Amino acid sequence: MNEKRVLNQPGFVLAFRLLVALLASVPLLVLIASIASQSLGPDPGQEVTESLGIAAFQLLIATLCMTPLKRWTGWGAWIRVRRMLGLFAFFYAVLHVLAFLQFILGWSDLWATFTKRPYILAGAVSFLMLVPLALTSTKGMMRRMGRQWKGLHKLVYPIAIAAWVHFIWQSRSDVGEMVVYGLIIAVLLALRWKWSGSRALIPFVRG
Amino acid sequence: EALDFVPMPGFSTDEEKTPFEDVTRYNNFYEFGTGKGDPAKYADEMTVDPWSVVVEGECDRPGAYALEDLLKPHEYQERVYRLRCVEAWSMVIPWIGIPLVDILKRLEPTSRAKYVYFETLYDPDQMRGQRSLFSTIDWPYQEGLRMDEAMNELSFLAVGLYGKTMPNQNGAPIRLVVPWKYGFKSIKSIVKIRFQEERPKTTWEMLAPQEYGFYANVNPEVDHPRWSQKRERRLPSGLLSPNYMETVKFNGYGEQVADLYKGMDLSKFY
Repeated sequence: MNEKRVLNQPGFVLAFRLLVALLASVPLLVLIASIASQSLGPDPGQEVTESLGIAAFQLLIATLCMTPLKRWTGWGAWIRVRRMLGLFAFFYAVLHVLAFLQFILGWSDLWATFTKRPYILAGAVSFLMLVPLALTSTKGMMRRMGRQWKGLHKLVYPIAIAAWVHFIWQSRSDVGEMVVYGLIIAVLLALRWKWSGSRALIPFVRG
Repeated sequence: EALDFVPMPGFSTDEEKTPFEDVTRYNNFYEFGTGKGDPAKYADEMTVDPWSVVVEGECDRPGAYALEDLLKPHEYQERVYRLRCVEAWSMVIPWIGIPLVDILKRLEPTSRAKYVYFETLYDPDQMRGQRSLFSTIDWPYQEGLRMDEAMNELSFLAVGLYGKTMPNQNGAPIRLVVPWKYGFKSIKSIVKIRFQEERPKTTWEMLAPQEYGFYANVNPEVDHPRWSQKRERRLPSGLLSPNYMETVKFNGYGEQVADLYKGMDLSKFY
């Protein structure tokens, strides 16, 4: 049995998907463990909100990596975990928004927060664009929407940019981490730019 | 190391103190990294003994002072002050130290001294945050006070907290505490004091003048452009019961300091 056939065996692909699901759960598990052991320091609400936001952002970037990985390796399983990663990103984003409202804002000052704080507006815009993508992520929706589905899901690019703006806008002085994330996003977008017009995304659209 | 001190109830709040562990593990001291836990992890890389403070500018006693000589004639006091960070969290900390006015008077400022400038140690070998390629701060960290602010009875030079020598992450061996201003005014690990006629530029003001002013008085009526200053989280704060409270103008020290700003538009001089 050659290497390729082993990699494409249903059992192996299933194991890979489980592994990815486990990895994507790590931020949540770590957070639960830290809350249980009370090791989040004196301002746990801030910690929880921040780490959920970062987890959402990292998973969004991971989602964007799947197509290039498929293209470079020729291994179809990358695409089979893409939706799951996207939904994990959405899941963390929902928790992040709830944590922000509960722990940071205390559900007060809502209107002023969204109108006067541009970084929160950027985060909100990013989150709101994510909602239709999560809602239309089922195979059924993919079939029903056809070409429109692909167009809609290109929103993931502005979503990533808005999320990045949301982060870098908050930094008080050291922008190093966000510069690195920005470079990664830039490379991922540049790849799409280079491939646009090619058949890069088509296998997935057939769904 | 335990310090001898006189408690000063008149200068102390009886609010619940933030536990020692939180005061010493949750810090903004960007010289050691921007994470709240970084200073506790890395501030040990700084040597604080021996330490000297350079005094210069408009005064009759300039020179390089060994820290002991600067402190020797004074008795230590304990003052329990509120500390309000510009990031909207706050603590209650029992500081040990000397009123700033007592030390400044000994240095005999001249009539031309309108402001006092302070500077933090600059030593990238000991301070990893200063080695960061992406930091937008122009080191060394600089702060300043107007002369009358510096001479106010509340302004304090702290050399310890919770009855013991100052932990490095909190600004050892000597730091400023200005309780009616946002925490970033309370400069840490001071190596230079300069009396001058012009208003000094301060680090955060240079970095983002529309966000951080020279005065930086705690003021719920003037929001930070990126977040509200109306409320604060008093630490430690729980997840299920976040410890929110309303922020009070001048951090509750209005009685002692409001006069300093009479006639000033504090939304303009923020």
